[in-house]
Amino acid sequence: MTLTLGHFLSLGAILFALSVIGIFLNRKNLIVLLMAIELMLLAVNMNFVAFSYYLGDMRGQIFVFFILTVAAAESAIGLAILVQLFRNKSSINVDELNSLKG
Amino acid sequence: MDVKAGLFYVFAALLLFAALRVVTARNPVHAALYLVWTFIQAAMIWLLLQAEFLAMVLVLVYVGAVMVLFLFVVMMLDIDFDAMRLGFRRHLPWAGLIGVVVTLQMAAVLMGGFRMTEPKAMAVLPLAGEASNTRDLGVLLYSEYVLPVQIAAVILLVAIVAAIALTLRERKDTKHIGADAQVRVKSRDRMRVVQMAATQPAQEPAPPPAEPAAGAPAAERKP
Amino acid sequence: MSQTLSASTLLAAALAPLVGAIVAGVFGTAFGGNRIGRRVCHSLTIAGVALSFVLSVSVLWDVVMHGARFNDTLYHWMQVGGLKMEIGFMVDGLTAMMMCVVTFVSLMVHLYTIGYMHDDAGYNRFFAYISLFTFSMLMLVMSNNLLQLFFGWEAVGLVSYLLIGFWFNKPTAIFANMKAFLVNRVGDFGFILGIGLIVAYTGTLNYTEVFALSGELAKQGLPGTDWMLITVICICLFIGAMGKSAQFPLHVWLPDSMEGPTPISALIHAATMVTAGIFMVARMSPLFELSDTALNFVLVIGAITALFMGFLGIIQNDIKRVVAYSTLSQLGYMTVALGASAYSVAVFHLMTHAFFKALLFLAAGSVIMGVHHNQDIRWMGGLRKYMPITWITALLGSLALIGTPLFSGFYSKDSIIEAVHFSTLPAAGFAHFAVLAGVFVTAFYSFRMYFLVFHGKERFDQNPDAHHGDHHGHGDHDAQPHESPWVVTVPLVLLAIPSVLIGYFTIGPLLFGDFFKDAIIVDAAAHPAMTQLAGIFHGPMAMVIHAFSTAPFWLALAGVVAAYYMYMVNPALPAAIKRGAMPLYTLLENKYYLDWFNENVLARATRGLGTALWKGGDQRLIDGLLVNGSWKMVGWVASIVRRLQSGFLYHYALSMILGVFVLMTYFVWRS
Repeated sequence: MTLTLGHFLSLGAILFALSVIGIFLNRKNLIVLLMAIELMLLAVNMNFVAFSYYLGDMRGQIFVFFILTVAAAESAIGLAILVQLFRNKSSINVDELNSLKG
Repeated sequence: MDVKAGLFYVFAALLLFAALRVVTARNPVHAALYLVWTFIQAAMIWLLLQAEFLAMVLVLVYVGAVMVLFLFVVMMLDIDFDAMRLGFRRHLPWAGLIGVVVTLQMAAVLMGGFRMTEPKAMAVLPLAGEASNTRDLGVLLYSEYVLPVQIAAVILLVAIVAAIALTLRERKDTKHIGADAQVRVKSRDRMRVVQMAATQPAQEPAPPPAEPAAGAPAAERKP
Repeated sequence: MSQTLSASTLLAAALAPLVGAIVAGVFGTAFGGNRIGRRVCHSLTIAGVALSFVLSVSVLWDVVMHGARFNDTLYHWMQVGGLKMEIGFMVDGLTAMMMCVVTFVSLMVHLYTIGYMHDDAGYNRFFAYISLFTFSMLMLVMSNNLLQLFFGWEAVGLVSYLLIGFWFNKPTAIFANMKAFLVNRVGDFGFILGIGLIVAYTGTLNYTEVFALSGELAKQGLPGTDWMLITVICICLFIGAMGKSAQFPLHVWLPDSMEGPTPISALIHAATMVTAGIFMVARMSPLFELSDTALNFVLVIGAITALFMGFLGIIQNDIKRVVAYSTLSQLGYMTVALGASAYSVAVFHLMTHAFFKALLFLAAGSVIMGVHHNQDIRWMGGLRKYMPITWITALLGSLALIGTPLFSGFYSKDSIIEAVHFSTLPAAGFAHFAVLAGVFVTAFYSFRMYFLVFHGKERFDQNPDAHHGDHHGHGDHDAQPHESPWVVTVPLVLLAIPSVLIGYFTIGPLLFGDFFKDAIIVDAAAHPAMTQLAGIFHGPMAMVIHAFSTAPFWLALAGVVAAYYMYMVNPALPAAIKRGAMPLYTLLENKYYLDWFNENVLARATRGLGTALWKGGDQRLIDGLLVNGSWKMVGWVASIVRRLQSGFLYHYALSMILGVFVLMTYFVWRS
């Protein structure tokens, strides 16, 4: 059958759901948490590109551009924080990170 | 089913499999590698969507830089793998449930609303040279979106500075002086003027302790 | 031809004592640095009051001789909506007479104080206070509106408080001055209600305007009740008078006020402050005439006070208390006269009573000074040898008090008794009985005191509580009583003269002439007492001759004879009667248990209410529930909400996802 926009969008949706599951499942590993965030961003990018193709508008891709930029910056900083955290606590177990408990 | 659709299904299946393995891998190095695979699959799908530039950028930037960074960090940290798997089974049902619900909802919205099959034709720009995805992107970026590009540059700068500032460790054995601390010193903190007499009378030596009982034998022994 | 009095004369008359009070009070005391000495202080204040007296006499002269009047506003203080608050004077016969009485008695007391308070450390402060009192009383009587009246009312109450507690280191004095102030406050509460009602229904405080509208007031009823408005107003105003003029049951403060020095007992609690209530009712006669219920109420209260306070005077041993209860009883007489619509008779008695009661108080003070500050009449006796002037003046005062024919008291008291007899109000019968019986009682206790103090055996060396050797500079007169210095005896003489003479000469013009014609309004048809009194009056001399055939004279004589018998001839008889009628004696000794009631029931209940409101309302409700409860509530809610902040990243991510989920559900449902 022919591909519709819907296919791509549902692909993005499933990717997004997978990353959400990933956030839940990975209580012990902060790195995989960050990877799940990257997956989320990928899902969104997928949507944008699909819309750009089907609506004939370049702006979707330009937005992906910027999302990529920001995602790169964010993962850099996130990993820097992770490194500092590990230096202080020698563990990246998310379950142990509850110092901000109210 | 034409080639495009078939390719799409294959690529999508692989993509989803890789994404699944990202979140369920035991070893974080494996997870990172699966994530690399995910990105490459996504790039292939984007090629199907005629977004060549972005597909290449995804591979180059994301896979080439960000994932490498992830791998660096994973290698650098000394992580105990086994202890991390506890609790996996316990949380699976809930996670699965929420994931399924989210997917279905999004699908309901998206599938119901968007039934476009034929892509609209891109606006053809009246420029010399061949039309290509890259060129179209570039034209827009350098005309309408100049300012956001600058802002993106600032964001990257900020990210660099932040990452360095967060993780910078100073050597503890350096003897360099902070200029601001040096300027702020006051003489009061370092020096105290005390007035004392030039000469002082000598103190009386303490009298020897009296030993009445042992006095005589000690005195005999002394000389 | 009537002319207008000069505003500056009136203002000078009112303000001269104030100036003296301020200078003496500020610069004569430690407050201003003790800059002026005793001589300057008393000279200044006496000069102020003397000036006031001279001006008052000249005003009276103008009022009587030239028919001069004054009714004007001197200073417009403020206006609240439609209500004007002003300072103004209204001077007619009533005011002029009161001014003269107040300033004369005040001048006598000022002079007397030089001798009486000679050894006291608070000399200057005392003069400042009595001058301030004179100013306040003058503002009260000269006022032309209810606000200024109330100002004067409160001011005299304040100065009374200050003076009763003059020796503030004595606990009994402090108890007495608080009692006076608080009981007065109860009366003032009624007074304020009355003034408030007047303002609410007439919209003005000015006497003339209120009286002009009194006809309409009389037609209205108080909304929500069966009472006539004018009755409620008059009763409320009279409650104020009950407090100030010490009528039953708000009389309890007056005997305790004897804790203050004797000069003020003479000035405030005999002649002037306590008569403010009588003055106010007389001033408000246009209103009171419109309400028979209020007049009945006045009659009953006055009658009770006149008779029952007299009974209490019989058993007192403190010389000042005897005179205090006598004052209470005579105030009751004045009130009874007011109730019988014989306002001018009441005011006349007010005037004569001011003279002879002030005289009696000052004489008592002179006696106290003479026997070295002992106040118990059981340890006096035979003082007529040692203090002749005091003796004669006290005798004249007592004769005036009991209503001996030709003396002033006779004219005023007998007029009251006759007026009550002629009154047609329902309560007049009881009132008549009370005032008649009171004549006997008055004569009895007056002459009991007189005989015990001035006649009989000398008992001053038998006093078990005598203090020897303190505050004496009298040289070798230590053990024996002695006459007081001239600054004390001259006022006694000067007061004795009007006590004897003034009644004879003024009864005609005051009661039956035109003196009060525009000040006091009487509804002659409904309340015929004054007209009938005028019918039987044939001149002061005829009244004297007629007196021998009336009951009061013989009752008074019987009282004197009984006192003579019981205290001179057969001194053991009183003790025997006391033993025989012990329950009655106990009742009298405890002043009808009113003080017990006030202290143990009312005061304790009020304190209990205060404590309950404090512990229950303030501490438990406001502090505990609202103040503490609010933060506890916040803390409790916070302890629950706190669990949202688990610190775990995946919990936060979960809440984010859940939020997205909810939003999506919402949008899906809507579409």
